[in-house]
Amino acid sequence: MTHRKKGARAHRAGAVPYMFLAPAMALFALFLALPIGYTVYLSLRRTRVSGLGLGRGARKEIFVGLDNYAAAVGDGELWAGWLRVLGYGALVLVVMLGLALLFALMLDAAKVRLARFTRISIFLPYAVPGVAATLMWGFLYLPSLSPFGDRPFLSADLVTFSMANVAVWGGTGFNMLVLYTALRAVPRDYYEAARIDGASEVQIALRIKIPILTPAIILTTVFSVIATVQVFTEPTTLRPLTNTISSTWSPLMKVYRDAFVTGDLYAAAATSMVIAAISLVLSFGFLRVVKNRAFGEG
Amino acid sequence: MRINRLTAAAVAILAATFSTACSGGSGEPSAPAGDSTSAAPAGPVELTYWTWVPNMDKIVAVWNQAHPDIQVTVSKQAGGDDAAAKFLTAAKAGNPPDLVQAEYQMLPSFVAADAVADIRAETEQARAEFGDGIWGLVTLGTDAVYAVPQDSGPMMLYYRQDLFEKYDIEVPKTWDEYAQAARAVREKDPKVFLGTFSSKDPGWFAGLSQQAGAQWWSISGDAWKVAVDDEATAKVAGYWGGLVKEGVIDGMPFFTPEWNKALNDGRLLTWPSAVWGPGVLSSNAPKAEGKWAIAPLPQWNAGENHSGFWGGSSTAVAAKSPDKAAAARFATWLNTDPQALDLLIKEGSIYPASTKGAALLTGAPDYFADQPDFWRQAAAIGATARGFTFGPNVNVTYNAYRDAFDQAVAAKTDFAAAVRTMQETTVADMRKSGFTLAQ
Repeated sequence: MTHRKKGARAHRAGAVPYMFLAPAMALFALFLALPIGYTVYLSLRRTRVSGLGLGRGARKEIFVGLDNYAAAVGDGELWAGWLRVLGYGALVLVVMLGLALLFALMLDAAKVRLARFTRISIFLPYAVPGVAATLMWGFLYLPSLSPFGDRPFLSADLVTFSMANVAVWGGTGFNMLVLYTALRAVPRDYYEAARIDGASEVQIALRIKIPILTPAIILTTVFSVIATVQVFTEPTTLRPLTNTISSTWSPLMKVYRDAFVTGDLYAAAATSMVIAAISLVLSFGFLRVVKNRAFGEG
Repeated sequence: MRINRLTAAAVAILAATFSTACSGGSGEPSAPAGDSTSAAPAGPVELTYWTWVPNMDKIVAVWNQAHPDIQVTVSKQAGGDDAAAKFLTAAKAGNPPDLVQAEYQMLPSFVAADAVADIRAETEQARAEFGDGIWGLVTLGTDAVYAVPQDSGPMMLYYRQDLFEKYDIEVPKTWDEYAQAARAVREKDPKVFLGTFSSKDPGWFAGLSQQAGAQWWSISGDAWKVAVDDEATAKVAGYWGGLVKEGVIDGMPFFTPEWNKALNDGRLLTWPSAVWGPGVLSSNAPKAEGKWAIAPLPQWNAGENHSGFWGGSSTAVAAKSPDKAAAARFATWLNTDPQALDLLIKEGSIYPASTKGAALLTGAPDYFADQPDFWRQAAAIGATARGFTFGPNVNVTYNAYRDAFDQAVAAKTDFAAAVRTMQETTVADMRKSGFTLAQ
């Protein structure tokens, strides 16, 4: 500030970082900020029809303020959808992350045979596209085609579990890999020291590995929360096979239905803003709760 | 987990914004110019055509050969609700195809969204080629003409001739007899059902309701009258609901792997379907070739002779197309020219809507090789089919059908309540949009 010359040079240099940033900023503006802005704009509007609604000019777009939001929040189906997804998400989160952690710990244990092969086979389902995986499981679930006999996997009572199973099957490998990679980065000295102190493998896992893994576990949890809140592929793909999944089973399915089935883009825009807000609150809320413990801050 | 879907949706919306922005400049000034016979364009007119009729590219090739000045490019679509949503989205974004295959029930939605053009002037010649009932579906009872009819789907009863003999069942002439037969079949073999009620196929239910005399939508003056839960529809719903509850009619949806298997294994004996059924049966139930036969739909009262329509579509011209006249010429040729009709039948396996086209059908479908009079029977049944006017938000009604009947079938609850839900959802949506409703 005080040295003018230096200040001028700093100013010139100051433009350079922005130039480097420009492509990223432009992409961000084009592909994130602008669409979100457009969605907000749409969510404040709606079409108004006059008379029969046929012929030219019978339909125009009007500004309706927060009407679409009021309708979105006031729709019981959206909240019923959230309830279904929360139940499903709790199931997926606990089972998937539990299994991922278990597998990662087992693979990291000293004496394990065929580690490479096991790791790849657990990870492999993640490489199967969601639609393909769901269709495959869907066929296994259908009573007359299923090798598991005549069990009603897609009945109202079991459909949530059947769907959670698809997500667990597909997602465990990825989460395991994240946790396993984090484990490999831990210096082996810790374990040696623990062993000299007389700790068993189980004790090492519980007292050393899991505490060290906490940040990675939190990371995978946040990713999984976001993914389950946005569950769409599994129920949408299974829906044609059974009559136990409605078109509004999950909140995102409701958005899809509004936008592309019943043709109300404006309601869909408002509902997606509501969903985005809830996802933000859920994931940041979780981060906030666990931050101090996980990263030793504060 | 794999894709951030909000982002995906946002990108899709963005893409739509851009195309609106881009086409806004070029599209609008040229729209009035292309309205009718304006100055001949310099090069050949290029038209795109969205359709899901099989082998349409071969049929279009014949047109392109004969009309070097109007070149049509086929873009193959998936069909069904998704195709309609895609067209509406493209129309809103400002870059629709010039020509689009429009199912009759979706046409009012296209008209209401101002997505298809009035081609009355260009189709005056074509009017005589179609029956009044079919023509009403493309005019919506107005003076305008929004599409040229392509195919239609009068409904009939498909049944397993061999298994009817095995279980000693007569072909049911009334729905009462159908119910009796459903009970008889269950008694003889508890693994077999006479039929199934599909909660995934609103078009099928609409056809059955049309047979019973339903009028879901009608126009009176400047107002829509909505009666999805009218007496006829409630009768149809109550009938099937009773049989599903009783356990003598299955509740599995059509066109699922389960359904295919049941058809192949002979565990489903009938399918009340439309004239396009042979194509479905031959691909979904190849094992039962030659074992199916057709009969008129069972009637509500003995001695009556009615049917309904399931499916069928038309060729519409997009309102934003810069070459509407050329597009309308192609649509007319495709659906009325004898050569085109012949190709539509042979290559596209459709049942043409034009009266001339229906007469071209000779030689039974391979799947019904033992029934040389298949098309004669079909034509006789087709003459008894009655339709109704579709409203401007059929997609909402159809979606309500799927959700309400999914639940009702799964829980075996009252089907009439599901029909009332359809009515309420339809009316609420129309009211929200501002349509004038008659009381």
